Amino acid sequence: MNPLLQTVPSSAARSQQRILTVALIGPPNSGKTTLFNRLTKLRQKVGNYPGITVEQHTGVMALPDQEVTIVDLPGVYSLNPYSEDERVAVSVLNGNMDGVPGPDAVLLVLDATNLTRQLSLAAPVIALGLPTLALLNMGDLLAKRSGSIDAVKLAGDLGIPVAIVSATMGTGLDAVGRFLQQANSPSPTTLPIVQDVRECRKWAARIASESDYRPPLPPAWTRRLDDIVLHKFWGPLLFIIVVGAVFQTVFGLGQPLSNALQNLLARMGQEAAPLIANGFLRSLLLDGIWKGVGSVLVFLPQILVLFLFIGLLEDSGYLARAALIADRTMSMVGLNGKAFIPLLSAYACAVPAIMASRTIENKRDRLATILIAPFMTCSARLPIYTLLIAAFIPERPVVGFLMGSRALAMLLLYVLGFAAAIGTAKILKSSVLKSTPAPFVLELPEYRWPTFRTVGLRLMDRGRVFVQQAGTVILFVSLLVWGLTNLPLHQGHPPELENSVVAQLGHFIEPAIRPLGFNWKIGVGLLTSVVAREVIVGTLGTLYGRDPQTQSASLQVALQHDLTFSGAMALLVFFAFAMQCASTLAVVRRETNSWMWPAIQFFYMTGLAFLAALFVHGILSAMN
Amino acid sequence: MRVRLSDLQPGDIAVIEDVALSEAERQLLMRFGFFDGAEVRCSRRAPLGDPVVYSLDGSEIALRTETACRIFAWRVDGQTHEQMR
Repeated sequence: MNPLLQTVPSSAARSQQRILTVALIGPPNSGKTTLFNRLTKLRQKVGNYPGITVEQHTGVMALPDQEVTIVDLPGVYSLNPYSEDERVAVSVLNGNMDGVPGPDAVLLVLDATNLTRQLSLAAPVIALGLPTLALLNMGDLLAKRSGSIDAVKLAGDLGIPVAIVSATMGTGLDAVGRFLQQANSPSPTTLPIVQDVRECRKWAARIASESDYRPPLPPAWTRRLDDIVLHKFWGPLLFIIVVGAVFQTVFGLGQPLSNALQNLLARMGQEAAPLIANGFLRSLLLDGIWKGVGSVLVFLPQILVLFLFIGLLEDSGYLARAALIADRTMSMVGLNGKAFIPLLSAYACAVPAIMASRTIENKRDRLATILIAPFMTCSARLPIYTLLIAAFIPERPVVGFLMGSRALAMLLLYVLGFAAAIGTAKILKSSVLKSTPAPFVLELPEYRWPTFRTVGLRLMDRGRVFVQQAGTVILFVSLLVWGLTNLPLHQGHPPELENSVVAQLGHFIEPAIRPLGFNWKIGVGLLTSVVAREVIVGTLGTLYGRDPQTQSASLQVALQHDLTFSGAMALLVFFAFAMQCASTLAVVRRETNSWMWPAIQFFYMTGLAFLAALFVHGILSAMN
Repeated sequence: MRVRLSDLQPGDIAVIEDVALSEAERQLLMRFGFFDGAEVRCSRRAPLGDPVVYSLDGSEIALRTETACRIFAWRVDGQTHEQMR
């Protein structure tokens, strides 16, 4: 016998156990997630594996007489613990992952239209000795494109049962239920040395041909579409149209929806106000908790709109093509093409953008994208930008009729944020996040029609992850800031803003921000806008509205009296760079599964903002 | 003729001879089918010229030129896209 071959250990002792936990494993693009959704319906939980960024999806599948927990493992090509995804898959399969019970059985999902290649994962999976069912997914496409496989022969060769299924159509899935109720260990068979990826592939090719595998005809439609989509001229044009549509929709539809939701929630709060007699309790419930809940929920429309697009783009196969087209440009700053859509979305809001970075497989590139996304000029910066520009920059034509001074100032702020993002990406990619050992490899899947079901489930999934895992942090920070603005109590009533704890903090930090040209009121605005950048406008409105000297004036006029030109410019620059957004920090924590990265991000961005504001104030004061 | 994978023109077919990259990079590329003995067809270039899409075992995989130029292969002459299938 070939010395490269080994025999599967027979573990008869496990064979007739009841199946309580089953692991779902398959290569990327095998349709594993669609199958997971089919089997578990909506009974799913999403978390992170301890200490790492890999998401943990578990779900419950109902069988006639029991329930089985399904653990959806990350998509992997082999079980050599080389990448983080592979390490997770191996740990879970061996029962070594904290908080995840070791599986009693394995569902191995393989793309039937690409079996010669995908079958190589079968070797290491079967070698585990657990009861395994191989699901040849996309059986409908295989048949449609005149391919075929002898499933009985394949089952004989692999020593495990094999079923031809279609997760998209939902056909053949009753085999899963039957298998889980009567699962047996694999029959002894010969396998290659499973650590040797090459041997596994050769073995896979042999097994495939022995099982009369006839690969489907090449996807003619995909090739024809790619002739257009990746065409030298039409390709980039289509790309610009698509990303323009994404940007326009997130900005033009998501933003108004968020505003409408915010108004609705505020209205509900106002309606409820007379119902609560006690002033302090009313403030706690409405201004604290209800507003906090609102500050979480306002992100949902934008997240859902963006993920609707990403779902359609990814499931149809266009996202990979878009990444291919953008890669050349993105590589100039050390990132890859997949970072393009998340970074573009960050112009609307960094929160959904950071969640969208999950489509970047390369961990370091993904982290770099997460860390630079908040520099993009998000819509929450616009209220303070518009206020200060209107108050301090006189409107006059600059570039002929084309652009006025105010529009130019706004454009410069956008450029400033973009430059900071690019510069930071360069620094990160040439230092801590240098990614030499992982070359950019991009698989172009076939084009498919996205299904309502998969896209819908993804929206539910992302919405839930955001509300449950980032929402709690956002709510906490909102409540904290509310507490600081409403304490100490004055004869049982919340104090005026200028007597509150946050105002004392504003006075406390005044010496530090004075060199930037800011007074304590601006300081209070900086503190309260930690919840969200636009909050500073409301805070300043309250503070100046109370001040007898500025009471009657509009906020613009009040600011003109209180802030020098150089101070105002410094404040603009400060907002361009500073990490004034608890929601972003909460999402970064959730996506990187650690407080370290949001902390680094906060201090880096705020430090940069401080220095830049100091510089701007210094230069402009000296010029006057 | 011995060529770098990055030298292939769309339609060219080659058999990989050597993946001259670090062990970690070789491990990753192996998962996508780039190892010695594998037959590769250059399928198309991205609109901006880089990366280049290669066809292996029916999958379409894109590599940047910086990676493809470190993979050496023997070009198979006289075979075209139509004859492949």
